[in-house]
Amino acid sequence: MIRATMLLALVALALASILVGVGDLGGAQAQNILLTSRIPRTITVMLTGTSLAIAGVLMQMLARNRFVEPSTTGTTESAMLGLFIVTVFFPGFSMMSKMLVASVFALAGTFIFITLIHRLPLRSPVMVPLVGIMFGGIVGSGVMFFAYRLDLVQSLGIWMNGDFSAVLKGRYELIWLVAVLCGLAYWLADRFTVVGMGRDFASNLGLNYKWVMAAGFSLVSMIAAVTLVIAGVVPFLGLIVPNIVSRMRGDNLRLSMPWVALLGALFVLACDVIARLLRYPYEIPIATVVGVIGSVLFIYLLLNPPRKKGVRA
Amino acid sequence: MIECCDLTLSYDQQPVLKQITLTLGKPGITALIGPNGAGKSTLLSAIARLVKPDSGTVLLDGEPVVGNQTLAKHLAILRQDNHMEARLSVYDLVCFGRYPHSGGRLTDEDLQKVAQAIDYLDLQPLQDRYLDELSGGQRQRAFIAMILAQDTEYILLDEPLNNLDMKHAVSIMKLMQQAARDMHKKIIIVLHDINFASVYADQIIAMKDGQVAYQGTPEEMITEPVMLDLYDLPMQIQQINDKPIAVYHL
Repeated sequence: MIRATMLLALVALALASILVGVGDLGGAQAQNILLTSRIPRTITVMLTGTSLAIAGVLMQMLARNRFVEPSTTGTTESAMLGLFIVTVFFPGFSMMSKMLVASVFALAGTFIFITLIHRLPLRSPVMVPLVGIMFGGIVGSGVMFFAYRLDLVQSLGIWMNGDFSAVLKGRYELIWLVAVLCGLAYWLADRFTVVGMGRDFASNLGLNYKWVMAAGFSLVSMIAAVTLVIAGVVPFLGLIVPNIVSRMRGDNLRLSMPWVALLGALFVLACDVIARLLRYPYEIPIATVVGVIGSVLFIYLLLNPPRKKGVRA
Repeated sequence: MIECCDLTLSYDQQPVLKQITLTLGKPGITALIGPNGAGKSTLLSAIARLVKPDSGTVLLDGEPVVGNQTLAKHLAILRQDNHMEARLSVYDLVCFGRYPHSGGRLTDEDLQKVAQAIDYLDLQPLQDRYLDELSGGQRQRAFIAMILAQDTEYILLDEPLNNLDMKHAVSIMKLMQQAARDMHKKIIIVLHDINFASVYADQIIAMKDGQVAYQGTPEEMITEPVMLDLYDLPMQIQQINDKPIAVYHL
């Protein structure tokens, strides 16, 4: 029932997303506008939402912490560093190669983050994302320093502020890759759930813990890199959507991942339509809208922890 | 049989296991007892490959264990103090006990084993609840159900009676006894309450200071001199229903 309603809302919002815009769909250019801009944009928005939400839930299972997602673990900033380096030194690279370099950097950054949190004696789960945000801040300011020296602060600004207005036919096709990555994540869902049960449980069940961790972090890094190259940073998404779904449907990823995917697409689609309507005919970057709505939702989630019926052992 | 040979392990240069050579895993219940810090939990973890010993080997039925997947079909371990961040329902948790056998895709046989395990631990009324909605004892029962669903020949339990009230502690021990008899399971349990060991174990192994101090049947083990040496605490041993029961509370 809820799922049907959500699917219906998704279709309605997707239609709205296709219909919203300055160009007139009644004119002779209608087909061109639809195929070149509107439909690619709607597809990109939905896939970005879905994949970032899945990246968030994967990260949370792998790190066993509710407050991590690529933008609170230094993953996104590391991807940005990779993208920056490749833009400066190899400007002729294709989008695909740029994305791959960014993925490798994202993976390396995630690895450093994981090493950091294993080395530091962290008493509270909230410390984990704080360390990640600090680490991301250091990487990010390094990028900023060189961007400033090389007069590239503007390009950096574009990456840092997620925005779908530049999505056009011929410049967005790479986003289909995240659909494949999400499919892979779903295929491996049981393994990620077992990893989320903790190292001892996972080993007891015969899971190759390290291998699954590596596979999971690779998926997360690639999703972060692709969405960064296509749309820029969209904050909070990977934090809110999985937390909401976890409360309603639990963490058995085989069951919950479709919900995460659906709600992620729905959330970003709604934010994108709002971003385009608020100052119509201009638009504000979606990262701003997601940031505002997302932070309010996140504070709400923090202030209302799930009820525990039993006694904590 | 599980054969430990020269098993040595230190944490931060503090020796925890000192050249342990031990054969265990006869059919039935083997209780591991001993004072805090004797190395009981570490021994279990080393046997189950959760920690890597500094030196020494563990053979399972004469063969060195290679590959996690194979081990998980023959040997299951439940450690103490399990914190599970993942929010799973009791039913889903028990289903994951079948993971070593069929990955995530459960067959009819798997589902039957899951239902059996849930039945065994009286968890039907709780099976749709999430783990974080349960009390410590209920959660412990859910974990044990998962281990039972895994249906391994060897079952290692590290202080499974923690968090349980007396009724549930007794019922878990009876259940283990029954599982050992009906299904020929080889169950190795770390126990703090030596009277549970006396009443339910077929074999008792006592550890002290990272070494095996004594081993034998409950009648041989639960005696005043052994207990005094092991725990450094004078105990009166009384025979109740033909079982030696230690009284040390007075």
